Amino acid sequence: MSGTGQEDTHRRIERVARESYGRLVAYLSAHTRDVASAEDALSDALVKALTAWPRDGLPQNPEAWLLTTARHAIIDHVRHQQVVLTSEPTLMLLREGQEEMTLSVEFPDERLKLLFVCAHPAIDPAIHTPLMLQTVLGLDAARIAGAFLVSPKTMGQRLVRAKTKIRDGGIQFDVPPQGELPQRLDAVLEAIYAAFGIGWDDTAGVDQRGRDLAEEAIWLARVLLQLMPREAEVRGLLALMLHCEARRKARRGPDGRYIPLSEQDAQQWSLPLIEEAERLLAETATFGRAGRFQLEAAIQSVHAERARSGRTEWAAITLFYEQLTRISPTLGTQTGYAAAVGESKGPEAGLAVLDGIELEAVSGYQPYWAVRAHLLQRLGRTPAAKDAYDRAIGLTEDPAVKEFLLQRRG
Amino acid sequence: MQFALLIYESPEAFATRKNDKINSYTGAWRAYHKALVEAGIFVAGDPLEVPETGTTVRLTEGRRRVQDGPYADTKEQLGGFTILELPSLDAALDWAARCPAASYGAVEVRPLTPELRRRITE
Repeated sequence: MSGTGQEDTHRRIERVARESYGRLVAYLSAHTRDVASAEDALSDALVKALTAWPRDGLPQNPEAWLLTTARHAIIDHVRHQQVVLTSEPTLMLLREGQEEMTLSVEFPDERLKLLFVCAHPAIDPAIHTPLMLQTVLGLDAARIAGAFLVSPKTMGQRLVRAKTKIRDGGIQFDVPPQGELPQRLDAVLEAIYAAFGIGWDDTAGVDQRGRDLAEEAIWLARVLLQLMPREAEVRGLLALMLHCEARRKARRGPDGRYIPLSEQDAQQWSLPLIEEAERLLAETATFGRAGRFQLEAAIQSVHAERARSGRTEWAAITLFYEQLTRISPTLGTQTGYAAAVGESKGPEAGLAVLDGIELEAVSGYQPYWAVRAHLLQRLGRTPAAKDAYDRAIGLTEDPAVKEFLLQRRG
Repeated sequence: MQFALLIYESPEAFATRKNDKINSYTGAWRAYHKALVEAGIFVAGDPLEVPETGTTVRLTEGRRRVQDGPYADTKEQLGGFTILELPSLDAALDWAARCPAASYGAVEVRPLTPELRRRITE
């Protein structure tokens, strides 16, 4: 085969892997409950594809080819291990599905079950997002470790531990029953949003990797929306992320300088993304269930209005934050509320909100100190403002944000 | 647990230290130090003079050898250290990422070894 042909095949394999990875892992592990062995089997299959496809030509249904090959790898592995007692059901399940598999082009999408397994209450919440990124999107442990700022070895161990728990802990591959659904869905949404947050914070303009993670999170939310079209909060989350994503370009100056939201050129915001977010948010109104992500999306929607009206309705933002602090009184929400109050009712009132937060909780929380510094500066309380700026700068990771705060501090 | 953050800096970064007009070097470090102290995790730490001021001594076969300059001949050199009291490596990595040197040089996080310390000091 010619060089270009081979390149094409490689690219094709990459694309199939990218698009089908989560579906294949989900389908295989929903049968065996063994995510790790499903992943191993799939990477086996992908390696085999690298030699077989250039030699024999692309299979008619590459996804089915990968699935069948991966399934054989699992069966071989199970036989090799000879763990008869525990694996007999696995073997049976795999055999059962086999004929139907090779014949039919379609196989059921089990990604929803896999998402719920990744964010299962029995699994440490800190590992929910890494698990999703690995099992549904196929990111490797080293890449995930970088994003989560832990050593690659540690991240690898944590992922293995979580997958062992899934296999041995009797965690069901099921969509939770209606009664448990809101809470369980919340954990899934949180995990997706965490991936987006990391991608967002990571974007030092030059870092392509951070950007990718935000895109992956949006992609996950789109998958989830497709699987759960009647859940308002899924729409809310996607709308929230799209609103933020719309401003990506405007967040940095041409020299890589950090530009805060209030100083961004609204003409640089992506109109198609804003429109999509607005459409999603409008649709949630028909479900009649407010939730945290819808409220956060609504706040971003008010900010987006500035592209049209030229001004920011801080009173509306304050109202949304008020509701948000009631249903989700996190440090982030309270700080956001304080910032909004600072704009709508004056810096003194904003500071009063900040003073209501327990000091112990904020010693490592950068946004609190950044908002505090800003409000103190507006009140002309310079030494206290400088002090708060120092705390904020000391807690900042992004060098561009550091530089921005240093200049504000003066 | 105590961790050492070992700060590695490039010749350019060492040169910036002398330039008082640029506030971003000292400003960022001052803020970082303040955050460490306020968080109650700062144990000790100091910046080191530029690598060229180092003198390396060793005894080989009973003979003293003295060499001008730092021990290792690498582009990025040890420029200082900070010792922090923290519950875990995860927390230490968080603080390492916030360290000003993480964006212009590199920060190595290394646990201290209290067990060896005990054997030596007892």
